[in-house]
Amino acid sequence: MIYSSKPVPTKPEQRPQAGRYFLRAFPVLIFIMIALSAMLSGCRPRAQTARGSITVAGSTSVQPFAEMLAEEYAGRFPERPPINIQGGGSSAGGRAVLTGAAQIGMLSRQPAEAEKELTVITIAHDALAVVVHPQNPVHGLSSDQIRAIFAGRFSNWSTVGGTSERIHVISREEGSGTRTAFDELIMAGSNVAARAIVQDSNGAVREAVAQDKNAIGYISLGLVDNRVKAIEVDNVKPTLANCRAGTYTLIRPFLFVTKEKLSASGQAFINFVLSDDGQNLLAEEGLVTDNQ
Amino acid sequence: MRNKEKLVEILLTLIGLSSVTVLGLIILFIFKEGLPAFAQVGLWQFVTGTRWSPGKNLLGILPMIAGSFVVTAGALVVGLPLGLGCAIYLSEFATAKTAAILKPTIELLAGIPSVVFGFIGLTLMVPFIRNFFGGPGFSVLASALVLGIMILPTMVSVSYDALRAVPPVYREGMLALGSTDWQAVKMVVLPAARPGILAAAILAMGRAIGETMAVIMVAGNSTIIPTSFLDPVRTLTSNIALEMGYATGLHRQALFATGVVLFVIISILNLTARVVVRGKTR
Amino acid sequence: MNAYTTSHRSKKEDRIMLALLRLSAFLAVAILVFIVGYIMVQGFPVLNLGFLLSSPTKMGREGGILPSIVGTVVLTLLSAAIATPLGVGTAIFLTEYTREGTFSKVIRFGTESLAGIPSIIFGLFGFLFFVIRLNMGWSILSGALTLASMILPTVVRTSEEAIRTVPDVYREISFALGGSRWQTVTSVVLPSALPGIVTGIILAIGRAVGETAAVIFTAGSSLRLPQSIFDPVRTLPVHFYILAREGISIENAYGTAAVLMIAVLLVNVSAYLIINRVAARRLERR
Repeated sequence: MIYSSKPVPTKPEQRPQAGRYFLRAFPVLIFIMIALSAMLSGCRPRAQTARGSITVAGSTSVQPFAEMLAEEYAGRFPERPPINIQGGGSSAGGRAVLTGAAQIGMLSRQPAEAEKELTVITIAHDALAVVVHPQNPVHGLSSDQIRAIFAGRFSNWSTVGGTSERIHVISREEGSGTRTAFDELIMAGSNVAARAIVQDSNGAVREAVAQDKNAIGYISLGLVDNRVKAIEVDNVKPTLANCRAGTYTLIRPFLFVTKEKLSASGQAFINFVLSDDGQNLLAEEGLVTDNQ
Repeated sequence: MRNKEKLVEILLTLIGLSSVTVLGLIILFIFKEGLPAFAQVGLWQFVTGTRWSPGKNLLGILPMIAGSFVVTAGALVVGLPLGLGCAIYLSEFATAKTAAILKPTIELLAGIPSVVFGFIGLTLMVPFIRNFFGGPGFSVLASALVLGIMILPTMVSVSYDALRAVPPVYREGMLALGSTDWQAVKMVVLPAARPGILAAAILAMGRAIGETMAVIMVAGNSTIIPTSFLDPVRTLTSNIALEMGYATGLHRQALFATGVVLFVIISILNLTARVVVRGKTR
Repeated sequence: MNAYTTSHRSKKEDRIMLALLRLSAFLAVAILVFIVGYIMVQGFPVLNLGFLLSSPTKMGREGGILPSIVGTVVLTLLSAAIATPLGVGTAIFLTEYTREGTFSKVIRFGTESLAGIPSIIFGLFGFLFFVIRLNMGWSILSGALTLASMILPTVVRTSEEAIRTVPDVYREISFALGGSRWQTVTSVVLPSALPGIVTGIILAIGRAVGETAAVIFTAGSSLRLPQSIFDPVRTLPVHFYILAREGISIENAYGTAAVLMIAVLLVNVSAYLIINRVAARRLERR
């Protein structure tokens, strides 16, 4: 009615100017809220949104490599829909594909029961390196020794030819692709000791090992740098050549999973990943690919 | 005109229900995902089991419950005396000017993101503990220190307000009776401010038990019940955040069930706290 | 025990306690200031316009943090835009439209309980509800809605406090002049309470900016510059967490942390300045 001409008990100069705008805006804000909630329940924005961008989600082990690929892809084909790379974990990735929140899932383990209906594409293999601090005198261990260390049966470095120090075992969280692969390839039914330190990514394991002279952990071979030392396993050096030759056997697949019907732009990205260029890029980053 | 008023009232009633709605949705969704795990593992088995090995279907979260309590208690041991001491100093002894500078400074620091605390803990505290006390460095001690520092701003600012709210007459009366400054604080001011100080401690405790990222970085996350301050430890919150990304099936439900347990523990703490504070106010 | 020794002893106790209190105050301030200083000093070398205005390359090992800055700003403002009408509306309802009773108790209980819930639970909920159930995917929108739920109690509480400090006389005058309830709220109550409300919102924003656990589950961790609110985003704290945690680039991690810290401090300083101005004005009125 006489909305704005209403006398106000406060003195005009005490009334903050911003107040007027805020008051006008307030009903509008409420309206926006209602409109927003209506929109949310009505039209559900799919994962394929702005300019049909593609969401790739899943394993944090695959994530850094996928980010490299996406960056290269965007550089070469700027006109194509952009690729979003998400972490979240293998399971979150599989679930995201099943529910449509992502088009492509990244797994660093074999598909679980619920993920069996998805199309599986192996993009590369990743070698697991067992790493210790660079100053650790131990250069190699047998898989039996590694198992005994991680199971907590060997707790002193002197047992395996090192200095007399307590071994600090660093592992990954249960369920992660790296941990699952390690359990299968090394532990063979034994449990990793409950005492083991658990870190939530390969990068974090590397940082922890780089900090601690008495630590031992396992990470992707591609992540090994000069701050940690990758040791021989059963007298075989962890190198890409040995992986390809089949002598170094701590290897697991990196997988993409999709629904049966994948959009053309999603398929285009997968084609790029599987092309020679894509595979070379992965090989440069330390993954084991088929084309070399 | 009439209609508009009515409409506004209905709208505001609905908006007023928003927080209750969100709370309801949270309970609904977390419980719906988590309860099947209780059914399958058994509630008692789940909260008293000492082995956590989802791959072998061993799902006991006692180590994490113990971890959450130990770490939170440790954080209070570190943060409570330091924070309260700081608040007493600022409110009772410092000059007005000092207090006017330090109080806002500490409050500003409440905004430091928790990941920053965690990272400082990881780069400075963990190696320090490893080198000077032994063990892997990732430990109850590291977590307690990081969380204890994190809760300082809350502790200082809330208990400072409580101390300031004590009428000056109380102090003056004591001083007139010949007491020293500290005696006045100890015998009159602190008892009078007790509900507020308790509230500060409860807020701080809530923040400590609910913290996730900072703890993951420094705690080591082993699934053992810690027996020493140098043992690595895993809390309920970190159990969820660590494994959620990779969990499927029962494992995933067990993580949501961990969320349910955390939710229940925090609710119990909050309710107790409310009762205690109310009791003390009377 | 005679009077003299008592007072002598208590004088001594006084001195010791004062020293201890002074020490704890010094320690508390020193530790917190050290943390800010440490991050600033470590982060300063990489801070330049290029760092702020370019996109990261090689997973963030090189390049800048523009997408994270944009994402953080948009995400935080959107969450505040969602939480403000809900929070202020709830506060108005509690103070102006209802008497203390079962209904207001339920609302208050809901708000208080919500305030006590750890952020990781909000993250789980946001993932289940917004990301999966409502099918919004990892996006700015999912993250903002999750953060909005998280900061809602703060906005309600501070707004309610601010509105309660408005003297009843103001309302009575408005009613006497024939103002309706809503007119009274919009033209009398809210203008007077506005600084307090704004402060509360800013403080809530300060909390939202630094949040990690809830955001990583709902807004995702994509490095790309978001094009719309339906795109995923990696906020500054998440970017910092990933860079530092994975050891991708410690320098850039510190740089990111320094930017984040400056942002948080700026937000909090502005809230503080508003509080101070309001306090000063209150004193003038008296």
